[in-house]
Amino acid sequence: MTVAAHRPARLAPWGLALGGFVLIGVAFLVGWQLALVLAVWLALWAVNVGVARTTAGTWAAPVLFGLTLLILWELTVRLFNVPGVILPAPTQIAVALAENTNMLRADFVQTVLKGALGGWLIGSTAGIATALLVARSDFLRRGLLPVGNFVAALPIVGTAPILVMWFGFGWESKAAVVVVMVFFPVLVNTVAGLADTTSMQRDLMRTYGASAGQDLRYLRAPSALPFVFNGLKIATTLALIGAIVAEFFGSPTFGLGFRISTEVGRLNLPVVWAAIVVAAVTGSLWYGAIAMLEKRLTFWHPSQRGRG
Amino acid sequence: MTDTQISAPGAGIGRSGRVALAMRGMHHRLGPVLAVVAALIALWYLAAIPMNAQNSLMLAEREGIVLTPATASERRNMSGFALTLAEPSQAVARAFAQDRPRLPSPHQVLAELWDSTVNQNVTSKRSLVRHAGITLAPTLLGFVIGSLAGIALAVGIVHSRLMDLSVMPWAIASQTIPILAIAPMIIVVLNSIGVQGVLPKAIISAYLSFFPVTVGMVKGLRAPSPSDLDLMRTWNASATRTLLSLRLPTSLPYLFTSLKIAVAAALVGAIVGEFPTGAVSGLGARLLAGSYYGQTVQIWSALFGAAIVAAALVAAIGLAQRVTLKRMGLS
Repeated sequence: MTVAAHRPARLAPWGLALGGFVLIGVAFLVGWQLALVLAVWLALWAVNVGVARTTAGTWAAPVLFGLTLLILWELTVRLFNVPGVILPAPTQIAVALAENTNMLRADFVQTVLKGALGGWLIGSTAGIATALLVARSDFLRRGLLPVGNFVAALPIVGTAPILVMWFGFGWESKAAVVVVMVFFPVLVNTVAGLADTTSMQRDLMRTYGASAGQDLRYLRAPSALPFVFNGLKIATTLALIGAIVAEFFGSPTFGLGFRISTEVGRLNLPVVWAAIVVAAVTGSLWYGAIAMLEKRLTFWHPSQRGRG
Repeated sequence: MTDTQISAPGAGIGRSGRVALAMRGMHHRLGPVLAVVAALIALWYLAAIPMNAQNSLMLAEREGIVLTPATASERRNMSGFALTLAEPSQAVARAFAQDRPRLPSPHQVLAELWDSTVNQNVTSKRSLVRHAGITLAPTLLGFVIGSLAGIALAVGIVHSRLMDLSVMPWAIASQTIPILAIAPMIIVVLNSIGVQGVLPKAIISAYLSFFPVTVGMVKGLRAPSPSDLDLMRTWNASATRTLLSLRLPTSLPYLFTSLKIAVAAALVGAIVGEFPTGAVSGLGARLLAGSYYGQTVQIWSALFGAAIVAAALVAAIGLAQRVTLKRMGLS
């Protein structure tokens, strides 16, 4: 391999290990806690380098990376005696999660199922329906796309106080905030998607004598799907943010946003983090569910074909 | 505007053909946009009638005008539409000039915007320019931190298979955490250990803006074609040289696109970061104060102030994009 000979020399594995030991040694001068944290980190990193090379690496490496973060978090909090008011350890959060299951379940139902999911369904449906209407007119499309893009970039969370004033403190106002936040990204993406056909494809539909409905059913809707899913995925995170932030402006005495803001006031950080864990896990599962649906429905799209 | 054709004699006098072409493009693009905006404003005015009907009729009653549902208690359970239909003339006449309307009409918001920007001294507490400036500081700081972190992370992800495998899924997962929900906690916690002022809000802005930059830059840094990369290899270029001379220049269009998203997100972060600090100053504080005291016109003007700031920031990056890409011959 003559080419390899000309490449810049790479550090041998033992060189990297030596560098690691030197680093740990230097850290030891600062304090044994720092050295221990560094040593654990480098050891887990080294294991992960090995894991990433195996065939299981695609799923094992990110899992190990997440575990590494958790272990380092726990170690740092315990070794440096970080006060629980600033950052509770993962185990403390887990305990808080287990102790307050019922309370958090009520919060979950209020914020996620009623506020976020309800608003997301209404907003996305309205966005897609409006896009279907708009896409029939080129004039409307040219006018609405820039306006929609502009509105989608605005700090719409700011409408939360207005909508809470209009719809009251219940979940309806949270759903309304979510509807407003979700509508434009879905609308813009769907309109862009419905326009994403080549003239060749449209001409083919015309030679088949396809009606407007058939044109939509067999050409425009399928080609719009990847865009629609893109919008829906953006909307999932926006929906959770909207529902939680809207609760800061007034809510009944339960809900994830209410829980976070009141428990922060009482400096009861483990419960706050437990509420955040609920929100984060929900967000990830929701996003994952949409991504899976996307994979089922748009398996033919280049962005889906490359992977496993 | 005259209708001189670009090719007509004398067309170049006064304005060049290129400008004329641009104007034509504007005309083509501006028309539909203006139509949509006009339709939205018309809708807004229309919506203000039923939204404010309850209040309009109460004001009319106070002036001694006899209404069909005579007392306020009879009207309480009626919808805005029903009230508008019952007393159309009063509802329409009084919908657009109330003190604390449920839905202020566009000209009221504009008047308040004008009043709180042009008519106020910049140092005054009522000046929206001052509040916008206060919000802008953490926005820009957070945007810079977030963008740099995003670029650094993207460089790492592109160069290390391990980072690509392990960090990327967690970067995506990190965005499903509603950071704005954690905003109050970050502010309060940092406050308790003595960090105050711009930095806590900037951290929230940075967290929101790093992700779009990372995703865009990973795509951008991988944008060079295999033949370009092979060429660098035949020149025996080091990874750093390839990064500086090939990958970074190629990624610039992607960078600017994601910077636009990032700066808008940073502004949202800074605004929400102001909520828990108790509504002292900044655009978010104006929103919160307006909602405490029922000053709807103030809320709407703060909202539009935020929209104008967001539009200006995105436009500034768009301008930088156009200039840079033109200089590099990429546009």
